[in-house]
Amino acid sequence: MMRVSFTVNGKDHEVAAQPMKRLLDVLRDDLALTGVKEGCGEGECGACTVVMDGLLVLSCLVPVCQVEGKHITTIEGLAASGHLHTVQKAFLENGGAQCGICTPGMILSAAYYLDHPDEAQDIREALAGNQCRCTGYTRIFESIKAASS
Amino acid sequence: MSFEVVTPYSLDEALDALASGEKLVPLAGATDLMVYLEAGTLDPCSFLNLQELGELKPTLSVNGSVILGALTTYRDVRVSPIREQFPMLAWAAREVGALAIQSRGTWAGNIANASPAADGVPALMAYDAEIDLLSKKERRRVSLAKFYRGYKEMDRRPDELITALHLPLPQPGWVDYYRKVGTRRFQAISKTLLAGRILLDADRTVRDIRMVFASVAPYTLRAVQTEAIVRGRELTPEVIEEAAQAIQDEIHPIDDIRSTETYRRRVTSNLVRDFLSL
Repeated sequence: MMRVSFTVNGKDHEVAAQPMKRLLDVLRDDLALTGVKEGCGEGECGACTVVMDGLLVLSCLVPVCQVEGKHITTIEGLAASGHLHTVQKAFLENGGAQCGICTPGMILSAAYYLDHPDEAQDIREALAGNQCRCTGYTRIFESIKAASS
Repeated sequence: MSFEVVTPYSLDEALDALASGEKLVPLAGATDLMVYLEAGTLDPCSFLNLQELGELKPTLSVNGSVILGALTTYRDVRVSPIREQFPMLAWAAREVGALAIQSRGTWAGNIANASPAADGVPALMAYDAEIDLLSKKERRRVSLAKFYRGYKEMDRRPDELITALHLPLPQPGWVDYYRKVGTRRFQAISKTLLAGRILLDADRTVRDIRMVFASVAPYTLRAVQTEAIVRGRELTPEVIEEAAQAIQDEIHPIDDIRSTETYRRRVTSNLVRDFLSL
């Protein structure tokens, strides 16, 4: 076991964990932040997407030994002081969520794209790492278009 | 099973740990190793966490070459000015998984993971990349094109660490080509892939050429025989066809979960035709 200190959604945390424990499991099991989802567990689906030091990462592929001193944002931290983020509002208004498993990752990737429009050619590329098995993507893309307009 | 991690805070400390004789697997972006770990396919080992080694981070242009520190990620290159000098690196990086993989996965890790389907290695090899290997005993530099000896077999001793990659600055006039054939554009693993570079004279004579393939051999393959067939010759339809046939003798594709030998053979020749018809 090792002790690791980091912040999640602006709050300091210290956890004791096996060094190769997935950040995904630390967030869900140790910190009860169940907004982060496990889809495939092998870096293919994007359901476990979080933001680490400003960059999108897949929390199923991040061992907690590499999280020391990092700043993590999960879907729970996106709404600032009780107000939904523009992307969250747009998903709500445009039917961008169905079963909800992919939604936290989709929203974080979409919010990243709105902040970093130069890092992907279009919405399809920005969300290429996030898979949805319900909606067929159309309403997700419409939500993001609405959020960016 | 529990896997231990050693986190060194200096290169010296890292090299001491590697020289200790304990089986230590270097851990950079973890995008491959975490998958093996979760799948339960890793032999018992400990990891050497490289993330605190500032020495491995910088990406610099020095004296006619570019140095990528071993912790340089795909994203680092996509947002760096060096993408202007090495456009194929940016093209390749863009098709590695998707953004959340690109912010963690490293070029050096792509080399050390030694997958025949690596996306970054073909581009690096086409740019004549060299690898800096450092140990307590010595520092040596090896050509990436000569690094692999068989499936996941490479010219790296257990006490050596990849610290950096060196890329000579391309001379003016080279044209780059990168085409990955997968099930979809992003978040896919290649069925076949060609990273090509060509330097043509005004009359379309091939002054020099690099052709590097993924997923059609046990390791990333620089097709030196096919290169030799076109080097020094004018790129006529006949020469292009000769190259498209010659590549068949150089590749050794297999049937697997992602594709078939037949498909890979056919599409690989098509990639050669597409590249040389530029």
